[in-house]
Amino acid sequence: MRYLPHSAHERADMLSVIGAADIDALFSAVPKSALKSFDLGLPAHQPEFLVEAHMRALAGKNHAAGDGPFFVGAGAYRHHVPATVDHLIQRSEWLTAYTPYQPEISQGTLQMLFEFQTQVAKITGMDVANASLYDGSTGTAEAVLMARRLTRKNKIVLSGGLHPHYRDVVKSYLKDDPDLVCLSPSPEGQGDILQQIDGNTAAIVIQTPDFYGHLRDLKSAAEAAHAQGALLIVVVTEVVSLGLLEAPGALGADIVVAEGQSIGNALNFGGPYLGLMATRKEFIRQMPGRLCGETVDADGNRGFVLTLSTREQHIRREKATSNICTNSGLCALAFSIHMGLLGEAGFVRLARLNHFNAIKLADALEGVPGVEVLNKTFFNEMTMRTPQPAASLVERLARRGILAGVPVSRLLPADRSVDNLIILAATELTTDADIAALAAALTEELA
Amino acid sequence: MSMNTQGRPTGVGTVGTGASGSALIPDEPLLFEIGDTEHSGVDLPDVTLSNDRLGGFGRKTKLDLAGLTEPEAMRHYVRLSRMNHSIDSGMYPLGSCTMKHNPRLNEKMARLPGFSDIHPLQPVSTVQGALEMMNQLSHWLLTLTNTAAVALSPKAGAHGELLGMMAIKSAQEARGQAHRNVVLVPDSAHGTNPATAAFLGYLVKSVPAREDGTVDVEAVKSALSPDVAAIMLTNPNTCGLFEPQVIEIAKAVHDAGAFFYCDGANFNAIMGVVRPGDLGIDAMHINLHKTFSTPHGGGGPGAGPVVLSEALAPFAPVPFVRKGANGLEMVEHMEGDALGRVTAFHGQMGMYVRALTYMLSHGGDGLAQAAEDAVLNANYIKARLQHIFSVPFPDYPTMHEALFDDSFLKETGVSTLDFAKALIDEGFHPMTMYFPLVVHGAMLIEPTESESKQTLDRFCDVMAELATDAIAGNKQRFTAAPTKAPRRRLDETRAARQPVLKWEKPADLPQAAE
Repeated sequence: MRYLPHSAHERADMLSVIGAADIDALFSAVPKSALKSFDLGLPAHQPEFLVEAHMRALAGKNHAAGDGPFFVGAGAYRHHVPATVDHLIQRSEWLTAYTPYQPEISQGTLQMLFEFQTQVAKITGMDVANASLYDGSTGTAEAVLMARRLTRKNKIVLSGGLHPHYRDVVKSYLKDDPDLVCLSPSPEGQGDILQQIDGNTAAIVIQTPDFYGHLRDLKSAAEAAHAQGALLIVVVTEVVSLGLLEAPGALGADIVVAEGQSIGNALNFGGPYLGLMATRKEFIRQMPGRLCGETVDADGNRGFVLTLSTREQHIRREKATSNICTNSGLCALAFSIHMGLLGEAGFVRLARLNHFNAIKLADALEGVPGVEVLNKTFFNEMTMRTPQPAASLVERLARRGILAGVPVSRLLPADRSVDNLIILAATELTTDADIAALAAALTEELA
Repeated sequence: MSMNTQGRPTGVGTVGTGASGSALIPDEPLLFEIGDTEHSGVDLPDVTLSNDRLGGFGRKTKLDLAGLTEPEAMRHYVRLSRMNHSIDSGMYPLGSCTMKHNPRLNEKMARLPGFSDIHPLQPVSTVQGALEMMNQLSHWLLTLTNTAAVALSPKAGAHGELLGMMAIKSAQEARGQAHRNVVLVPDSAHGTNPATAAFLGYLVKSVPAREDGTVDVEAVKSALSPDVAAIMLTNPNTCGLFEPQVIEIAKAVHDAGAFFYCDGANFNAIMGVVRPGDLGIDAMHINLHKTFSTPHGGGGPGAGPVVLSEALAPFAPVPFVRKGANGLEMVEHMEGDALGRVTAFHGQMGMYVRALTYMLSHGGDGLAQAAEDAVLNANYIKARLQHIFSVPFPDYPTMHEALFDDSFLKETGVSTLDFAKALIDEGFHPMTMYFPLVVHGAMLIEPTESESKQTLDRFCDVMAELATDAIAGNKQRFTAAPTKAPRRRLDETRAARQPVLKWEKPADLPQAAE
């Protein structure tokens, strides 16, 4: 067995040093009835090439995004990841390092996290960012709890433009909570969240670009929230948009949560992804997750450590700000390298190219008879209404090799009013030929 | 061969993690000190937007993001990486963390476009292979644990704990037992256990450990009451011991109408050898990034699937995979008792691929052998070091980790932390210190099955030599350590008192008062 270093001879030697007759003697605390009292019936160990063949066969049954025209978004986006990123994150010293609790021998990870926090603070326009959370959806739930701790108020209002999965995660975290208000889905981009703010409101949660692609007015929302002592939580599921859209921090956001997958990370069928969270300086002690800070070592050299850990579970136990232990270190590294490669110039160009291609997509869709694009505003994603139920239309297009977007009914099956809506995204990888193929296929299917 | 401060060889041929002063150990400026807003390492067409659709929400403030060209970026991140210890470069005897070898076949398989380049919301008909892969992983997890259901989606161990306890809460409510508001947690538990229980609004009641480091079924019985919803018990526990009365504890918990949440962080010790379902557990998370070799990545991503008993299976969250008329289906919505959703999409697919690859490589036989080797290695360390390091709980053989206390350091002026930092100068990552909390100056050592006898011998030689030196009064070697790492000890108090959490341009900083 290639992963196990001991020979039978060495095992016997070690047992004799221990003074145990056999290996089972070391399991003597296990009740007899439970120790090896079964036949697992699992296959035996296999050579590498057989395992690889097995996994390749499974992977081969999937239609990869790169196999044809691809317009699927709705919270996860297909972008190009430079070869450098994937090469670097597979270096042993990044890939196989533990959480940097021993800073003297973890300065690589720690300095990277400090750089990552700086990048996230800059793109969101906030004072500070943490060292990442699991993903955008759990980050949103954490932000809601954080807002309650900060305001000591309870009411939370989720915009109808929030990704339905994000809404559902918040609902699970706040199970049966009477102070959680979830507004009805708003595919047209209409907003009624401001009327919901009252003196008991801890926070309103607004996604922009929203689930349907519309850009939301954060400035008025921040003003309305702050007038009642409530916080504005801004959710961004497409982080590339921050290259072209005004930073939420500049518009009055108090907490920004984003899904960082778009930068540096592959689609991976939904995970692992990367939760970003940034906030105001005065709120850091209520922020969940790890934080990396600058300090000096005994010789006076600059160095970095995990800090303010008195918020965390391994110190505070039941009084911690959250139960989070692991974060998304390697995904944060991929994000940071990709963002470091882009820099301001590249990030802005990337965002512009996404918007440019999305405009072409919107124009092409508008040209398909019977199709209506609902968005007046968008970044790289939009919602279209078709004359037919969306789910079967998307299925038929998939049979033609075109992955045409997400039927809204997949996420909101109980809401009949969304049955004919499809959310489509374009990125820098979308070509004119892809768009033409989609428009032609749609025209035929709808004829 | 490295030398100690008196010039005596340390005797074991160790290579320091960082021979400070060597040209091979770089000092690297920050990204923002090297790059600027004009440099970029990505070529992209520069398009002009004649008629944007941003509705006036376009960016007016500057991003001020530093960029690097590709060769600069390559060097920056390679140089930074060399300031890290890693499992590929040396042993991590970190108790409770299971730092085992991360096979590269896992990485290669996770990058197959059929796994890495598929979208969570593309039609289910186009991802049948992905669903089949999830089904196979589920089969292995259910078989190894002998449980009824598994929820794959939790993002990490603590997230799995949260889900498992949510399922327990829902089940108690469904039984009309919503008033049960207490969760029992032994003193030796991981910090995440009480944090999770408190997160869900439970009162945490601690159960004291016995003198021998295990939980007493009588203590559990006397703590149980009509208000107790569940017990959260780690088995093998954080002292490295298998709970000998676990079956009796499970029975007492069930008789009292409560559930048994098992923290599966230490499953590596028993996989393929003991099935937790046979012990009476109701829910247990499995850290794929510990037990099933997915990489730690400097602190994640993890993955924390939760197995559930028959009683809790109806309370599993969405999504899950099931067989349907047209192949495999992804169930994404449920009415009734189901929890709903604990994350967007379907969980840590990339980690599932790695874990299944590892399982197939090892096979059922290899997983059992790995567990036995992990236990053998820990007992070997205990046997080799127990004449110097005191063993707080000598009554049972240890499982996958050896627990010592710091009583040998009494009167030396050397703290457990100092001792651990001295290990760095000998080329090893420190062991887990001051955990579990039930032992004073705990030193918890988990070698995993990945370490060879040769490495274990070298580690034990170093540990013994360090202990001898500490007892001999060579305090300076320990209080000054580490001296050979990329950094000396860092001022954590300063970091917490005056938090500097991001880089600021020197020009933007307020001038220091003279």
